Amino acid sequence: MIVADRKSIHEILDMVKDCSNILVVGCKGCVTVCNVGGLKEVQILAATLKIARKKEGRPLHVDETLLERQCDPEYIAMIQDRVNDYDAVISMACGVGPQFLSEAYPDQRFYPAVNTTFFGGAVAHGIWEERCAGCGTCIIHHFDGLCPIARCSKSLMNGPCGGSDHGKCEIAKNVDCIWDKIVRKKMELGRLNDLLQVFPAKNWQTARDGGLRRSRREELIQHG
Amino acid sequence: MTEPFEPTLIAFCCKYCAYAAADLAGSMRLNYPSNVKITQVPCTGRVDIIHLLKAFEDGADGVYVAGCMEGDCHFVSGNLKAKKRVAYVQKTLEEIGIEPDRIDMFNLSSAMGPRFAEIAIQMTERIRKLGPTPLASSSQTCPTQEGMP
Repeated sequence: MIVADRKSIHEILDMVKDCSNILVVGCKGCVTVCNVGGLKEVQILAATLKIARKKEGRPLHVDETLLERQCDPEYIAMIQDRVNDYDAVISMACGVGPQFLSEAYPDQRFYPAVNTTFFGGAVAHGIWEERCAGCGTCIIHHFDGLCPIARCSKSLMNGPCGGSDHGKCEIAKNVDCIWDKIVRKKMELGRLNDLLQVFPAKNWQTARDGGLRRSRREELIQHG
Repeated sequence: MTEPFEPTLIAFCCKYCAYAAADLAGSMRLNYPSNVKITQVPCTGRVDIIHLLKAFEDGADGVYVAGCMEGDCHFVSGNLKAKKRVAYVQKTLEEIGIEPDRIDMFNLSSAMGPRFAEIAIQMTERIRKLGPTPLASSSQTCPTQEGMP
């Protein structure tokens, strides 16, 4: 899923400092799963904003709503009857949400309440970790399920760098050297010879380096 | 002459310990301040961040959660979850310039009637010293909020 972290309350308060009537829009997708922008988080943000502004003596009216997803136009359309009734709208979805909303309702101002961080999963309750860099050319199978693109700080394809220190990456003591793990797993599985294969330089055009990416599925496209 | 400040406190009390302790305090004829409004919950694990924030939003001067002794929760870890949620709200209040001491978590057993009264007195005194909630100073109110879809 896409993982995000909520922005500080000060940053969000600053975004709506001139507003007196706002809408907070949550998303039932990834941000609900990573507990940052679902129903509960929308309610908490709304209550916190109201308390903070009430304290300042400038009450803020906050309405709350939750969309099935903020990355599909048909769900974005569900607030069309009231979206322009507010001074501003705060989206608690990933970075896609405020953009889809802005594209659909050009007369309204949309603010992101979260910082979208990475594609990952929950490694423990309340802890999420990056697992995919969205590079566009998956090679996980060559490394027994351990992605060196997302999990090596340098995205190395042919073994660890000199910064691998007792299984840890030089960038921080709590970051595993994924190449250490890859080699150990290959040894355990008796497949160390797999690593004799040299990977050529990766074509990063399928990653962000190639500019805006688009996925097109002809069988799903409806021609009007 | 202005009336002395009488705070309003909301206490979320676990049915299995603090609420029973409040009953016991009553049976023992122990006095505790009438400022404390008790809300019984099946376990403090039921108390969510939003319940605590709503209490402040609706004008409470102080809020506390009273659950079982750590390790004695009827539902194993409800009180530990409540402890973390209280800590979250303390941090949130601090961030928006409200005294974090306005909220706290206590642990007691159903046999601790005197302790229940002591906590009620202690929290009421603490909030009395802190003064009225800064939210009360705003006389303006917002229009009724729409319900969730």
